[in-house]
Formats: sequence, C-alpha cells, structure tokens
Amino acid sequence: MIDPRPLDIVVLAKQVPDTHNVTGDVMTKDGTMNRNALSAIFNPEDLNALEMAVQIRERHGGTVTVITMGPPNAANILRESLWRGAGRVILLTDRRFAGADTLATSFALQKAIEKIGRYDLVMAGRQAIDGDTAQVGPQTAEKLGIPQITYAESVLGIADGRITVERALDSGSEIVRCQMPCLLTVVGSANTPRPPSVRRQMALKLAATPGEYAALQKRWPEFETVEALDAYLGAHDLRIPVWTADDIGATAETIGLAGSPTQVHKINFVVLESGESRTVAPTPEAIAAMVAELIHEYIVG
Amino acid sequence: MSENFFLDNPDLQLRLEQLDLREVLDLKEKGYSEADAYPTAPRNYADAKDDFRIVLGVLGEICGERVAPRAGEADEEGAHYDDGEVTYAAATLDAIAALRQAELFGAMLPREYGGLNLPESVYQMMVEVVARAESGLMTVYGLQEIASLVEEYGDPETKARVLPRFSRGEVSGAMVLTEADAGSDLGAVSTRATLDETTGQWRLNGVKRFITNGLADVSLVLARSEEGSTDARGLSMFLVERDDTVRIRRIENKLGIHASPTCEIQYTDTPAILIGKRRFGLMRYAMNLMNGARLAVAAQALGIAEAAYREADKYSRERVQFGKPIRVLPAVGRLLLSMKVDLEATRALLAETGRWVDLWKVYERALAEDGSEADPAIRARHKQAQVLAETLTPMVKYCATEMGNRVCYQAMQVHGGVGYMREFNIERLFRDVRVTNIYEGTSQLQVVAAIGKLLNRSLDPLLAEWQGAEYPADMAAENALLAELTGLFGEAVGALKALPERDRVDYYAVDLVEMAIWIVNGWLLLRDTTVAEQKKPVARAYVASIAPRVRSAAEVVLASDPVPLAAITVLLA
Repeated sequence: MIDPRPLDIVVLAKQVPDTHNVTGDVMTKDGTMNRNALSAIFNPEDLNALEMAVQIRERHGGTVTVITMGPPNAANILRESLWRGAGRVILLTDRRFAGADTLATSFALQKAIEKIGRYDLVMAGRQAIDGDTAQVGPQTAEKLGIPQITYAESVLGIADGRITVERALDSGSEIVRCQMPCLLTVVGSANTPRPPSVRRQMALKLAATPGEYAALQKRWPEFETVEALDAYLGAHDLRIPVWTADDIGATAETIGLAGSPTQVHKINFVVLESGESRTVAPTPEAIAAMVAELIHEYIVG
Repeated sequence: MSENFFLDNPDLQLRLEQLDLREVLDLKEKGYSEADAYPTAPRNYADAKDDFRIVLGVLGEICGERVAPRAGEADEEGAHYDDGEVTYAAATLDAIAALRQAELFGAMLPREYGGLNLPESVYQMMVEVVARAESGLMTVYGLQEIASLVEEYGDPETKARVLPRFSRGEVSGAMVLTEADAGSDLGAVSTRATLDETTGQWRLNGVKRFITNGLADVSLVLARSEEGSTDARGLSMFLVERDDTVRIRRIENKLGIHASPTCEIQYTDTPAILIGKRRFGLMRYAMNLMNGARLAVAAQALGIAEAAYREADKYSRERVQFGKPIRVLPAVGRLLLSMKVDLEATRALLAETGRWVDLWKVYERALAEDGSEADPAIRARHKQAQVLAETLTPMVKYCATEMGNRVCYQAMQVHGGVGYMREFNIERLFRDVRVTNIYEGTSQLQVVAAIGKLLNRSLDPLLAEWQGAEYPADMAAENALLAELTGLFGEAVGALKALPERDRVDYYAVDLVEMAIWIVNGWLLLRDTTVAEQKKPVARAYVASIAPRVRSAAEVVLASDPVPLAAITVLLA
C-alpha cells in the first residue's frame, strides 16, 4: 500500500572541497588544506539523500526543500539541487556562521528547519567528505527532538505516518520502522543520483541569490538593470532566498566560532614517503616468496 | 574532476562557439517568441547558445562518468535474443535510464511535443559525444531523425500520440528499409502494403533484414503499396507501432557494435499508418531519413575516432621503449599528428554540413508556411542551402567514416601488439568503427551521391566565398596554396565533366570527391585561424599533408586513363 498522503521533505546539503581528488599543492606545510586549490562540489552522500527524497516525492507526492549553510557561493549546489529535482532551495549564509563546528551547525540547521515549519522527513548524507564527522545529521535530529535513522540505504515503505528503512551496517543490514517526522542520514550505496535534467537546467539556470544579481546582470546584458533582472527572476520564481542568523532567530553565542566548543587538540601531519625498495627477480620462486611475505605481513590476503 | 566528454574536448567546444546559427535560430525560434510559453525556450541567441552548452555539458558528464566506463561490458554482453524478444545489455539499459533522467531525448522535436527543438548541427555534436562513449548506444540515441520525419509528415493524431513518447525517451525508433534482396538498391523492396478500402487500414506483409535497433517500439517501414509496380515509384513509407504481428526472427552476430541489436523482422498483417504521400516512400521520405542518418553515422565515426585517438595518445605517453616514451619517436609522432589533424578537419566539416542542413530545414519550413507567396530571396536561400546540404552530406559521411577507420587503424599501430588484445579499448573501437563506412550507404554510394552535385559545380559559390575572405598574414602561404589547389579542383571537375563515357566518370569519381573533401576541409581550418591561434599549426599541418594528395588526384582525374577499365574487362572477366 502506498500512503496517499504527500510528504514534505527537507534535505540538508553541504558544499565541500573535492577531497577525493587531492593533488600535490593542496596540503600546506602545517598540515592544513589550501581550499582554493580544490574545486567545490556537492557533498557526494548529500546527493544520495537528495535522490532518495526526490524518489519519495515521485512516489508519494509532496515537496523537497534543500537547505545549505555555507558561504555565498554555496548557492551553486542549490542550483544543482534544483536541476536534480528539488522544488525549493534556501541558502543559510551569514559571516557570523563562520567557524562553526558540528554543534553550532546543527543548531543553525535546527532553527532553519523550524522556520520552514511543516516537515515529515529531514534527510542528509551520512557524512561530509571534508570533516568526515557524520555528526551534523544526528545532532540536528536531537535538537529538533525527532527520532533518527542513520546509515539509511533504502526506504522499504511509508504508511500510516511511519517509515520503514533498511540500514546498511558494517555487520550486515537492519530493518527499522519509525514514526515520522524523523531524520535519515543516507549512505552512498543507497542509489545512483540522477544526472541534472537539461530541461530543468535550461529553465532554472538564472536562479540566483540577491548577492549574485550584479554578476548575473553582467552576464546577461539584456536585463538593463539589476532591478529589471530582479523583476524577471521574481516573475519566474527564480529568486533563491537567503536566510541570515537574524532571519532564523539564532543568537550570537549559539552560532559560529562562539557557539563551537570543539577545539582542535593537535594535528598530526603524516607524510607518506616511499621508503626502501626491493627488486624481485622475474622467476616463479621469487614471486611466490614475495606473495608469501605479503600475506605473512597482512598486506594482502 | 569528473570525466566530461564535452568539457574535456576543447576542439568540440570551439566548434560550438564558432557555429553561427543566428540565421537558423531566428527562424527556428520564430524570433525567440516561445520564451513566454515554454520555460526551456531561449530568450535570445546568447541564451540559446548557452542552452546548447548545457545540453552538451550534461550529456558529456553522463557519457564520461556513466556510459564510457561500461562500454567494454556493453560490448562483451551485447544485446540478447530469446524467442522473439530482444533485450539490451545491462550497461545499455543503464545508459538509457541516465539519458532519460537527464531528459535528453526528443532532441530535435519541437517544444509542443515536449522536445528540445535543437538544431541538427548541435544534435550531431551530441551524437559524437555518445559514440565516443559507446558506439553501439549511438544507434539507440542517435536515430532521432525518425521522430523528426513523423513530425514533418505524420498526421496530427499520430504525432500527438507518438511524439511526446519519443520526447520522454519511452520509445525508440527504427528505420526499416533493407531486405535480403534490397540493400543498396532499395527500389527493389518487396514487403507489401495493402489497403483495406472499406476500413482504410493499411497492413504490411514481408520480411526485413539488417534492421538496426529493430526492437524499437516505433518503426518507419518502407513497403510496396502499388500492386504490380517494380521500382522506387511503387514504394510508400509506413509507421508501425510494434505489436504481436511484428516478429523479430533473429539478431545478427556482428563484428562490432554488439550493444546494438541488428534484427530480422517479419510483418504479418501488421497494421500500419501511411506517412506522407503514396509513392514518395523512397524518393522523398527514405532519402530524408537517410540524409539525417548519414550525418549521424559521420558523427558516430568521429566519436569513435576521438576515443581511439585518446587511447593512442595516452598509451604513447606511458609506453617506454628505447628508454623513452614512444610518442617522441618520429614514426609514432607522425601517426598521432595525422590522427589529430584529421579529426579536427572532419569535425569542422561536420559542423559546416550541419549548418547548411539546418538552413535547408528552416527555409523548407518557411516555404511550406508561405506557400506560393514566398519571397524570391527566401526561395533562393532555400535552394542554395539544399544544394550545399545535399553535396556536403555524402562528402562528410565518406570523409568521417573513412577517417574513423584510418584513425582506429593508426591508433592500433601505436599500441603495437597489445592493441590487438581484448584487454585494450582500441580492439573494440577498431571493430566498432568498421560498420560506419558500410551502413547508411557505403562509401562507394556516398561517392555516387556526391559526384553529380560536384560536377554541377555546387561547391563553387562556397569556395569562391572562402577564397575571397581575409586570413591572418602568417597564414598567407597556406592561403595561396589552397587557392592553387582549388584551381586544380576546378580543372579536374571540367575534365571529368567532359568525359563521354559514364563508366569512366564513375571510376574516377572517388578521386574528385576526395579532392573536394580535402580542399573544403583546408579552407575550413584556415577560416578557424582567424579566430583561434591554436588552429594555425593544425591548418598548416593539414594543408601540407593534403597538397601533394590533391595534386596527385588531379593528375589522375585530368588523365582519366581508360586503362584500368579495360583491365577490369580483361582481368576480372
């Protein structure tokens, strides 16, 4: 039975540096990352969460809203969300959010989700490829006071206000049922995120935050003024709303650096260098000995 | 960075930037009047060009990330046949699903049927990208001419039923022309179409063979509607929506493009809808379909060649012999240079051909709408575009598919022994490209299609225009050389035209067609140097390589020696 009730879903997304493609000049001498050397991408597992949300909407109807907290250029992943099926996007950006740890981030997300109001599901990727903490989703659920299902791999059914989910765990899988509203964190094996739709991208390519209007008007000079562009975007539902700390009612001590109790104790800078090398003779005996040694050292096998 | 077969190809991007579609789009977009009615319609020319980049960018990523990595698997598994049912390989199904999710189907259909309303020239760039990733998939994605023909000549009811399904990618198409005894000679088609006078229902009976993507849900079938007729004038075109009167008897076991099922189909009292007018099946509609399909096959060969060149380029950097990467050896460098320059020349020719086809189509439509009221200037432009489209289409089919075969051969040479092994992609590309200069008309038939136009000096206005244009000062030598070669071409046309015997004209036609291709490509590359500095070495290398070949071909044509023809009679008797 398909639950006929439409569902309102909020997806949490993050723009991250593309740490899967780290090249030589990315790491600095003191062990921190030169963010400018890496392109900014949609956090991969957040794309899995968006895909799962869009599939639920295709089945049950309803809405998919994507929120991201980040710098002004995080609007890029919001546009991408629109092209991949999200119906509505919101950018949380404010200088005062800067330096947030997972606690301050989840607090801001809680406030933003509460400002949205009605929701049945909150979905996020399991973890981001920059911080790799996997904490923001669970912390947000705690702050919202709703149950959470982490490591969600597939939605088996939604009926009577409850969702049944299969979780992918190291030791196997687990099927759980949970009252909605609840929060899901989604793993990468859940699905293959759909490509952006060319029709949606063509129709929604001008979607922008007010901070982007000047550049956009320069790119499309047929809009003679920023006001003319704004009017066009308004008429075509292409304005991306921007919420600040004040908009969501977050106080200074709960957000940004001030709201972040996490302190980095120490950074270990590990340099991987090739050490000694050995040449193995191209004979069956020598290769067999090498394989035996690798197995003995637990390097293979 | 993710793999993207558009964004990693500066030459293809340059082609799109340089493709001047203002005139085409003014008509095709009806003065950009659809923007209010359709959210996907462009507001102006720059907006439309940006849309083309979006389409190619999304397609490029799907092809690079999702299709190409599974091309070997698609080839290995191939399409399946089981008791009348044909299924695509798993990798092909996944590729189709991705293209559907990206809403890339219905590329050339008008927006009222859910299409993207793209020009032919841009669509052919898409076909190149798809073929580079998996050439068998091209026969599923690259046959969108079929929907276009239905749009052009179908009745309103059929169009409203069928076309939106094409746009959503729910159905694919097939061109069902060939029979066992009607291959190159389609006038001999014997599948019968009979009209039940009382119900007005057409029914088809007969067997078709070598049908690419024959499992398609919507097919256009060439059949004999005029009882007692024996030639092309008795053939009409029919639309068939597959049901259980259509039986696929087998699929072929081919050298390459294994993901593309090539079917033998039996029609038994199959209900069919007449497309357009009776008796025009081959001469108008099948020719129309084939013109589009020839461009698509040219784009397919280009895409395969691009993939082969990249394999060879990469291998030549990694493979060390005599203490250095083999690419620094002049003999290997010569192969790579030849490939690269040939590829870029062909890509320029395909884009130019596509532009004339687009112009022909938009003026054809304008004439149809204006009827006898049409402005003589529009008639003249239409005529010019038609002549050039009809000349350049067989030329680019010949050029691209012969080039594709040559490039794959050279790329395998660069690989040496390993290239002959299954583990290397070039082995698959070498097999896949081989069909391109066979199907949709062999290279020999392309020569037949082009020669009449060339003898009527159809290229002269274009050549004169290019010859009269300004080029960078440091390209003066190439400019002068091309002018000289163009003169030789003119002489060769005169010589062949003056020959009294048809057989001798046909024998030497191929030399003239090749001359025409080299010279046109040379001018196109020279033209590129006015906007792109990096094209100068390409144009120089190309003109240097073709000059002696044009001279040699001119010598052959000017002599038109009767000896080989006589030898055929004696030696091959």
